[in-house]
Amino acid sequence: MTTFNTPKQPRGRKAGRRSPLASVALIAIGLLFTGGAYAAFSTSTASAETNATSQQTVGEGQKLFAANCATCHGLAAQGSGSGPSLIGVGAAAVDFQVGTGRMPMQMNGPQAQKKKVQFTEEQIASLAAYVASLAPGPGKPDASLLDAEGNAANGAELFRINCAMCHNVAGAGGALTAGKYAPNLKGVTEAHIYEAMVTGPQSMPVFNDMNISPESKRDIITYLKYLEKTPSPGGLALGSLGPVSEGLFLWIFGLGSIVALTVWITAKSN
Amino acid sequence: MSTATTTTELVETKKSGGLTGAAANYIDERTSISTAVKELGRKIFPDHWSFLLGEVALYSFVIILLSGSFLTFFFHASMTPVEYDGSFMPLKGVEMSAAMASSLDISFDIRGGLLMRQVHHWAALLFVAAIGLHMLRIYFTGAFRKPRELNWIIGFILFILAMAEGFTGYSLPDDLLSGNGLRIIDGMVKGIPLIGTWISFLLFGGEFPGEQIVGRLYSLHILLLPAIIVALIAMHLLFVVVHKHTQYPGAGRTNQNVVGYPVLPVYAAKAGGFFFIVFGVVMLMASLFTINPIWNYGPYDPSPVSAGTQPDWYIGFADGALRLIPPGLEFVWLDRTWSFNILIPLISLGLFILVVLIYPFIEAWVTGDKREHHILDRPRNAPTRTAIGAAGVTFYAALWATASSDIIATHFSVTMEGVIHTMQFLVLVGPFIAFFVAKRICLALQKKDREIVLHGYESGRIVRLPGGEYIEVHQPVDEYDRWKLVSYNDYKPLMIRPNADGKITVGQKARAGLSRWFFEDRIAPVNNTELEQAHGDHH
Repeated sequence: MTTFNTPKQPRGRKAGRRSPLASVALIAIGLLFTGGAYAAFSTSTASAETNATSQQTVGEGQKLFAANCATCHGLAAQGSGSGPSLIGVGAAAVDFQVGTGRMPMQMNGPQAQKKKVQFTEEQIASLAAYVASLAPGPGKPDASLLDAEGNAANGAELFRINCAMCHNVAGAGGALTAGKYAPNLKGVTEAHIYEAMVTGPQSMPVFNDMNISPESKRDIITYLKYLEKTPSPGGLALGSLGPVSEGLFLWIFGLGSIVALTVWITAKSN
Repeated sequence: MSTATTTTELVETKKSGGLTGAAANYIDERTSISTAVKELGRKIFPDHWSFLLGEVALYSFVIILLSGSFLTFFFHASMTPVEYDGSFMPLKGVEMSAAMASSLDISFDIRGGLLMRQVHHWAALLFVAAIGLHMLRIYFTGAFRKPRELNWIIGFILFILAMAEGFTGYSLPDDLLSGNGLRIIDGMVKGIPLIGTWISFLLFGGEFPGEQIVGRLYSLHILLLPAIIVALIAMHLLFVVVHKHTQYPGAGRTNQNVVGYPVLPVYAAKAGGFFFIVFGVVMLMASLFTINPIWNYGPYDPSPVSAGTQPDWYIGFADGALRLIPPGLEFVWLDRTWSFNILIPLISLGLFILVVLIYPFIEAWVTGDKREHHILDRPRNAPTRTAIGAAGVTFYAALWATASSDIIATHFSVTMEGVIHTMQFLVLVGPFIAFFVAKRICLALQKKDREIVLHGYESGRIVRLPGGEYIEVHQPVDEYDRWKLVSYNDYKPLMIRPNADGKITVGQKARAGLSRWFFEDRIAPVNNTELEQAHGDHH
């Protein structure tokens, strides 16, 4: 905005000495800078990728889309009764949904399940490029946000406040209503965690960059990867499910072995 | 020289008395302890695995005391905010209470601290579980009958106190999980009409969570509750000595004797060794399995709640009751909020606890039995009691399981609503089904016992008699086993009789009705005439 205003002031004072084209040129320069700055600040690398991805990739993606996705999402990704519109969901959503095997869906159910990935890396990239070409949307995250070397303490706090009510404090997952659930986060790749936060798949809310900044998202990924890499300090974690698995373990193995020992102690010698 | 015979004998082989003898004599002359040793040392205890369950509870309590004392050296029961600066990286620089920070220090920066924390917590879970199993044994064998009714009460109060100890301990680290637990308690307290809010403010020293509660719970946890528990355990054990231990029916066992081994040397050695076995099992669990990873939960903050937030197992039944209440039971009336979603669980659990507490008196009143009972019932020989127990266990277990409704939903791929509705059904109807099934099974087992006493075991050997008739040879049961099968109390429904004034009171009618319900369906034990007759048939 400031770029538009700055040229106005000098014109007020020295209007006669400027070519009429100068203001047009200034506006053009201003627009270029604003756009450039926006592109540079934006977390997505969409602009860079658009240049890189040729029209051919998009075309390939379109074919794949027509063959595998259009049944539910419509031939032009406009959506239908059995699948939402994908216009504007961006490359991040495609990379998450297809990259984790959730899409194409195996069957209708309370929620799309994670399963074996159905496409190769290139195919997923073409699909993503095609969907991204329909309308602007969140792109794939920059590699610098996925290095899991941020502030784990900040990530842990943000995770407890924003994520733990569904995913459990240790990311072990939890139940939602009507058969839906928040999945276990162990083994989910850094990129997929990031994309899930940005796109909010299924029941998950969207955590956009105003909610949780890209840096904080990096911290959350750092914490989750810390949990994954560091073995529980207290020994086997019993699924990190909390008191239920502890109680079950105590009754079955703890008390079970003690009862077995009482039987042994009081057994009559032959 | 009347001290423990074993020690004296050992020493005597070298020279009479010796140092041990002299020392024993010195103590005995000043304390007259020999009387106690003689009495206790010759005390007989019967041998059965289920008689050791109470011992497991006692030993767990000792382990809890030992590990708990260690923890008190390092724990700060204060809610003053501090910035964590210990060695657990993902919490570094996070603001938390001193209680939480010191719990983390115990876990990460004090040698052996985490092991002791885990020993303490696992032993606490085992303590309550062992009490529960011990109580079930007492109940199903009828060991609560005269003269042991008071000891049942003491034991049951110990069970409640153990739960209170557990809950106060669970709340001390001031992590997210314990704070959420306290919030539920706060909500339950506030749900009580009129006085709820006042009690909550009194308890927390103001609005929840305040800065008082950890210190207050700490006093209860390490001072008041343990003191009462120790005193009650002493009384509980004293009663065991006074009453003598019960025994299962068997040849040579009567209401007047106890068949088993003396405390010295057999039982002292066995029980002493058993303590170390229990300690070993707890140590093994504590060193291999994480319990309550407070570092995952982080410091308490009223806004977040983790999925899978549950109380420790022994509070689960109350949590389950809250989960089962259908919506829409809270309304405003007389300018007050009436939270029946909280009052119904509170009242029904209170009644359940009360019935279990006074059950020995209910049964004594129904049977009208004033005799002492030192021989245990086999559960099948008291079908109605066993069936009531099965109903109670089903009720409790269904509530308990409901506390993990979310975990059941995710791990068995079912809907949360489905789990809740199934559990609502099980809590309300399950006890009746369990009662019916358990009673029928008991009666069927009794019938089978009768059959075995009268006709022996089927041997599978078919013999053809000279006349052409085929018979299966039954192997008669031996006399020792038969004793177990025929010697039990046979109650009949009470007859209503007018009292001294010639009137039949309402109380008597109720009693007769209950008695009919208890003893209407019964299988009488085999008597001698039947036995002789049966033998006549076969020879």
